[in-house]
Amino acid sequence: MFHMNPTPEEMLSGGDADSNRLLVVERLSKAYGGSLALDNVSISLMRGEVHAIVGENGAGKSTLLNILSGAVMPDAGEIRVRGDLVHFTTPKSAQENGIGTVFQELSLVPSLSVAENIFPNRAPVRHGVFIRWSTLHQRAEELIAQFGLKIDVKAPVDRLANSTRQVVEIAKALSLKAQIILLDEPTSALTPDEVDALFGVIRRLKTNGIGIIYVSHRMREVFGIADRITVLRDGRKIGTFAKQHTSTKEIVRLMVGRELDAMFEPRKGRISNILLEAKRISHSGLFQDVDLTVRGGEIVGLAGLMGSRRSEVGMALAGALPTTSGTIQVEGKTVWMDGIADAIKLGIAYLPAERKTDGLFSEYSIGDNIISATLPRFSKWGFLDRASRDRISKHYVRRLNVQASGVQQLVGHLSGGNQQKVLIAKWLITRPRILIVDEPTKGIDVGTKYEIHALLRGLADGGAGIVVISSDLPEILGLCDRIVVMHEGRISGELAAEVATEDAIIRCAVESDAQAVEQNERPS
Amino acid sequence: MKAVDLLVNKSPPSGRALLAVKAILQVRELTLFALILIICAAMTLVTPYFLSSANFRALSIGLVPTAIIAVGMTVLLVSGGFDLSVGSVMALSGTVAALMVINGVPISISVILTLALGIIVGIGNGLLVTLVGINPLVATLGTMSVARGSALVLTEGRSVGNLPKEFGYVGDATWAGLPLMVIIMTVIVIAGDVALRHTRYLRQVYYIGANEGAAKLSGILVNRVRIFAYALTGFLASLAGLLLSSRLQAGTPTAGNGLELQVLAAAVIGGARLGGGAGTVFGAFLGVVFVGLINNAMTMLQVSVLWQIVVAGIILIVAVALDTLLRRISR
Repeated sequence: MFHMNPTPEEMLSGGDADSNRLLVVERLSKAYGGSLALDNVSISLMRGEVHAIVGENGAGKSTLLNILSGAVMPDAGEIRVRGDLVHFTTPKSAQENGIGTVFQELSLVPSLSVAENIFPNRAPVRHGVFIRWSTLHQRAEELIAQFGLKIDVKAPVDRLANSTRQVVEIAKALSLKAQIILLDEPTSALTPDEVDALFGVIRRLKTNGIGIIYVSHRMREVFGIADRITVLRDGRKIGTFAKQHTSTKEIVRLMVGRELDAMFEPRKGRISNILLEAKRISHSGLFQDVDLTVRGGEIVGLAGLMGSRRSEVGMALAGALPTTSGTIQVEGKTVWMDGIADAIKLGIAYLPAERKTDGLFSEYSIGDNIISATLPRFSKWGFLDRASRDRISKHYVRRLNVQASGVQQLVGHLSGGNQQKVLIAKWLITRPRILIVDEPTKGIDVGTKYEIHALLRGLADGGAGIVVISSDLPEILGLCDRIVVMHEGRISGELAAEVATEDAIIRCAVESDAQAVEQNERPS
Repeated sequence: MKAVDLLVNKSPPSGRALLAVKAILQVRELTLFALILIICAAMTLVTPYFLSSANFRALSIGLVPTAIIAVGMTVLLVSGGFDLSVGSVMALSGTVAALMVINGVPISISVILTLALGIIVGIGNGLLVTLVGINPLVATLGTMSVARGSALVLTEGRSVGNLPKEFGYVGDATWAGLPLMVIIMTVIVIAGDVALRHTRYLRQVYYIGANEGAAKLSGILVNRVRIFAYALTGFLASLAGLLLSSRLQAGTPTAGNGLELQVLAAAVIGGARLGGGAGTVFGAFLGVVFVGLINNAMTMLQVSVLWQIVVAGIILIVAVALDTLLRRISR
């Protein structure tokens, strides 16, 4: 039945393009603080169309979605729904204009029934007060029936499978007479079979003329369900493509491709013995059978798309996430780490990607942050030794060139790059031999980026082994000696720096999409 | 249509033991009811006096303040909040009403003003928690101290006695063989249970307690509903204070000390979730009966009143710990 529908282009050529245009977004911009989260983005959505929005973390997908759902107001730009100019001030005003949103975080109440979840606050009532349960259940059943499914609408939601919950969310949006549905990573908690079932539901919605904005980073799904694909990167629209005129490879390249905006210092040290070796480590549900070795003097890149679990592997290597099987060896000795404290003793340092929330105490001074992982060393008879804290902090502020008024300055007032330097200082004084660094230069300006790259290279030249986890391909290519690529929780490839290219990394990162790539590249 | 089959009738895989625990969790009220029967049976064996009508009368009247306040506390718990000031507000209301009455204010007006006071304290709690954004623990701990202190200041620490006989009517009257206080309690508990189960307004608290952000995005006026829940609890605490002072023929500034813990324990035992999203008034009421029975049993077995305070604390901790553990297993 999917093929019986006119494609958006056929609709356009039908001459009544305007009446088929559900949503037109023009030159939408939104800034947070100084940085543009969304910069002049324009998209449109037709009746019966699935329009996928793809991009890496921070590309602006969530901002776009938040604006369209009324949760956030844009700084500039227009939104037209069925030709009418609209201004959403609250989620309710977006709903009233027929836009229903299914956020990634499911918003259902597990203890309440399916029917009650579909009609929160909108249940039919008797005498203005008491809920009319029979009418409520009947209406819920009618809505669910649109999907061709049988779900017990009286059952509490916590007895449902994840995909069914997703369907309940969509039904909730439809109950508001939504003609436009925004789906945010709808498959992130679903099994492949459940994804197929959900796609069945989406196709049925298409035949009913409902337009869907589908935000995802899973290429196979995007190419499975979307009619058009828009790529966002760093808040800007890179382009919109009809599915049949593009390929997985092209889209991924557009998603991650950045200008080569930093220079890299060459390796001066020697690569020595193995410092850290993970043998077939797994964490059920997250990653499986990951092998990884890091030698002294070496920087190993860990690449992969969002959701490839590269960060989780980094956490496991640092003892921050337990492994369910496999072993980790440090300098040939099998170790068992129960938390970061054990990792510190073994000379492992872990710098998390979310430095503001996971790495630093932004309301404390630079000095207090720098000593936060090594408090015992800065204590005398149990009392904090302020003099040595300040001495060491000043030393590192100078060595890492942190731009600050002094070591008393609050970390929250520093720029992203300087915060990252403070985080690095904090871990350098644990005297690590192994550093695991997640997104070391995310959101950092070019100049500081170069400094951080040079610093990491310097540490490696001094004998340390470093794992750099990054979604920034030029960074991975320029900085690392060896690149390990992950795909959906498994290692899908390993490349030496000399032979690695962006293409090769992308090919590994979308490995199980290889078939789709071939199909899309085949001339039709 | 294979895909469709997958969507339906799919329960997460789990062992038989887990399923059994789950089943028990789902009929919390039944389990509690069985426990209550067991305690009654055991007490009947231990002492013949337990089954006497005098004991049942004393027991049921003793439950009245706790049960009435538990209705409000359950609504609050489901919404993700709670109120520690209930015992103090109860004492303050009892003393304020008694003071007004002995100073010549007509009883009806005293009652209305006292209930208004309870609502105002409740709204105050609600505003502190929502608009100011203070953690409910701190906010209601503060009002708890303010209300208790005010009751002590107003009465100089002494009970206010010598009340006119009419004031004691409700506390003493018997309708159709049942104490009027118990009838009032029953009506409030049933009304509360029906309201939390079946009215659209109070159903909103489930959404708020389970996921505040999603509730807001569903168009629920979260702050307004929260303030209402605190006001309702303040009102019920005030009503409980009135009933107690009517029963005792005196306004006692030290009444209801530690009552907040008993009410919290009872509601959690009855299935209300600390953190919000689940709970029923009926369950909380059974929790109140359970806690009341244990206190009654201790009195009959001549356990010192001082020890009963220790036991109250232990019950609270065990109830919350058990609830947390059971939920972890059932997940």
